[in-house]
Amino acid sequence: MRAVIRIAAWLYAIAIYGFTFLPVVVLVLFSLQATSFPIPPFTGPSLRWYQAVLSDTRLTSALVNSLLVAVLSSLASVTLGFLSAWGFARFVLPGSALLRGLITLPLTVSYLIIGMGLLVLFNWAGVPKSLLAAGIGHVVINLPLCFAIIYSQMGDHQINIERAARDLGAAEWKVLLMITVPVMAPAIFAGFFLSMTFSWDEFVISFLLTRFETTLPVEIWNLLRSGLNPKTNAVGSLVFAISIVLVVFFELTLLRRKPA
Amino acid sequence: MSAPLVDIRNVSHRFGQLSVLKNVSLAIEPGSYTILLGPSGSGKTTLLSILGGFVTPSEGKVFIRGEDCTSVPPAKRPTTTVFQDYALFPHMSVGGNVGFGLRMQGVDGATRTAKAREALALVGLAAAFDKKPHQLSGGQRQRVALARALVIEPAVLLLDEPLGALDLKLRRQMQDELKAIQKRVGTAFVHVTHDQEEAMALADHCVVMNDGRIEDEGPPERVYARPKTRFSATFMGESTILAGTVTEAKNGIVTVSTSAGPISLPGAAPAGAGVALAIRPEHLVLGDAKGDVALGTAKVGDVVFQGSFKRVLAASTRDPASQFIAKAPASATVQPGDTIAVSCNAQDIILLVD
Amino acid sequence: MSVSGSNSRALPWALVTPALAWTLAFFVLPFIAMGLSGLTAHEGGGLTLANYSQFFTDPSYWRAMVNSLEVTAIVTVISILLAYPFAWILAEQVPERWQRLALMLAVLPFWTSYVVRSYSWLLVLAQNGVINRALTGLGLIAEPLQLANTRFATVTGFVHFFVMLLTLTIFANLKQLSPSYRKAAADLGAGPVRTFLHVVLPLTLPGIMVGAFLTFVLCIGDYITPQILGGNNELVMPQLVMMQIGRRGDFPLASALSIILMAVVTVAYLACARWLKIERA
Repeated sequence: MRAVIRIAAWLYAIAIYGFTFLPVVVLVLFSLQATSFPIPPFTGPSLRWYQAVLSDTRLTSALVNSLLVAVLSSLASVTLGFLSAWGFARFVLPGSALLRGLITLPLTVSYLIIGMGLLVLFNWAGVPKSLLAAGIGHVVINLPLCFAIIYSQMGDHQINIERAARDLGAAEWKVLLMITVPVMAPAIFAGFFLSMTFSWDEFVISFLLTRFETTLPVEIWNLLRSGLNPKTNAVGSLVFAISIVLVVFFELTLLRRKPA
Repeated sequence: MSAPLVDIRNVSHRFGQLSVLKNVSLAIEPGSYTILLGPSGSGKTTLLSILGGFVTPSEGKVFIRGEDCTSVPPAKRPTTTVFQDYALFPHMSVGGNVGFGLRMQGVDGATRTAKAREALALVGLAAAFDKKPHQLSGGQRQRVALARALVIEPAVLLLDEPLGALDLKLRRQMQDELKAIQKRVGTAFVHVTHDQEEAMALADHCVVMNDGRIEDEGPPERVYARPKTRFSATFMGESTILAGTVTEAKNGIVTVSTSAGPISLPGAAPAGAGVALAIRPEHLVLGDAKGDVALGTAKVGDVVFQGSFKRVLAASTRDPASQFIAKAPASATVQPGDTIAVSCNAQDIILLVD
Repeated sequence: MSVSGSNSRALPWALVTPALAWTLAFFVLPFIAMGLSGLTAHEGGGLTLANYSQFFTDPSYWRAMVNSLEVTAIVTVISILLAYPFAWILAEQVPERWQRLALMLAVLPFWTSYVVRSYSWLLVLAQNGVINRALTGLGLIAEPLQLANTRFATVTGFVHFFVMLLTLTIFANLKQLSPSYRKAAADLGAGPVRTFLHVVLPLTLPGIMVGAFLTFVLCIGDYITPQILGGNNELVMPQLVMMQIGRRGDFPLASALSIILMAVVTVAYLACARWLKIERA
């Protein structure tokens, strides 16, 4: 009986892994296609589509834009999120629960609707479509996330640690810089990292709020208009590779240091 | 007598509707070891927070070294707190933790290191200077917290249930060390606990608190032998309590009618007053070796072997609702179900006027 | 516990105001703008309920909402059914030290771009894509199947994503269960099957519900997957919204449709929150 369950479990797991990996394998494989269609039979390997991607200034500048928007919007999100989490965790504020609810509210709303709202507002206010507008939208979606993560980590123990620092004579800004930020660093970093990920991959808000200069997901979307194309495979594989390298890097540098 | 180091005058505090301290006054002498003893919710931790400056009382004043410190923030008053969870800075080394207060005072690095090492040596942790807090055991963290607080030489050191997180054996051991360290540095310690054994072992001055009030205070020997209230007679060590009414009072002898019969003892209370008589377990005499006050017979309900003695619970034959708590020698042959005579000596009975 | 330490009452407000102001300016205000926009006429302005009545009277609009709900329901159910056993296998059958690696592998495709992931499925499902070539090559079918631009393709793309997501939430939930529960159940005479049905499953139900709610919200609001994989044969709500903006520049109608979509999500949210509350009480 146990053996049967084990075998069934293995088969099931293999099937799920197969399903999970199928599109990724196909994507990467046909990015190495030598001919113009990313469909069987495989004619590669060839790096010509990677060359085509890297010499396409629209794609490379979109990549830079994406990184820029991701880094800046995540910095803004994590700063606003941290400050507000600190304020709500440390001080008794009237209507605290309601205000915290307001800050986390955007988490329950689709990106499409957040993007639509900003589009309508900016349209009325005469704000032109731009990377800045998209960045503002990314802060709207990531601020609640950073707030929730950091706020959940500010427990009584952290409060006592800060009290101890004050008791030993630290001024408020020294408590912040020397105690709170270092102690909260894992949560702050987690917030930043998740914001980066979401901003980097976000499509619909950028699509609605940018025009000429745009982000990588939108540029990839534009490529899709040309149908199945090994160049799209190559861009996709590159994004995949960059993400994996970053994840492995963070996994090795940050999560390893976690004290026992 | 010189002015007290700390003078708490008529302090009351409320959290919202809840009144947690009710008109508390307390003086703390220089170099003393004061224990605030009480159950949870008695207000002892709030009183400590008011001393430390973390809570500003709703009413009343706190003077430290004669200065009004009632609303002076923690950093600016000559107190330092050792937190129950130690609150060590997890990202700093032990040396960094201990040197933190000096760093905030602008003391240079070399002096800081020397003083931190000295403080760590005082608590027996000289070797831990470069370690991180998470590499230490609970008892060691406790000592680091102590060193960190002592190194800036406060006038009063406040300890919030400092031994609460330790296991029993370690707690007794740390207790002895705390006392030794306090004698060595000569700083006044104010220590909050709910453990009466800890209180008796450590205190020069024991303050028993209940429901936001000070029930009793004084040297622990006095508080134990002659508690002032019924609460302190049962919280600071166990007692058998017999409720009764004074029937006669003359020549310094009162006679009280209780469920165990009339009892005469030295003391003063007006006739007709409701009183309680408290008798410590070691003062109850079981069986034939009679004391001078007979308390009737009792049926033994439970005998618990405690190592050096046996704790005996027995219900009075005359009033089964009334329980005797007695301490019998380990060699005693008393069994559950036995009916035995109970007596005591009149001078051991504590008269508590309600 | 009351907290003092800073005497200034301005500091806490200085800390929380920027985040609150941001939320008000770029979340609440846009939402109000969208609400007003939904009540104005596309041509010439003026207050009107026409945009809403258009949704309720035009069957093709109404159809999009039905499609959205159907696709979302199918995706949620299939994803849970596929993810639960998988999460259980990862948590129970895989040795402890391999679990982290196994989980990381399972969520690996998360790290491609969301747009690219849908495109990859197009490669697999296309007329002369991998599956059709394999099936014709094996002689199982004579003519290629129409797989892309169908509801099947949309559901496949969604399920691919949400199986990963639900595996994570359910795995976390299973790992949180104290082993003592299972030992206690076994000790009291329950076999593995009854232990699972009466102990493990009920205890992981809140986790499943949270995952299902997340799936629902993300799925019903997603434009990319149905647009790339489902095509224009069968529209869902987000496609309908985007169509108003793109082709016709009809912001008021797009706003009204967005509000309706959000209302549906809110109802689901309230139902889920209520269920969780009852469950905890």
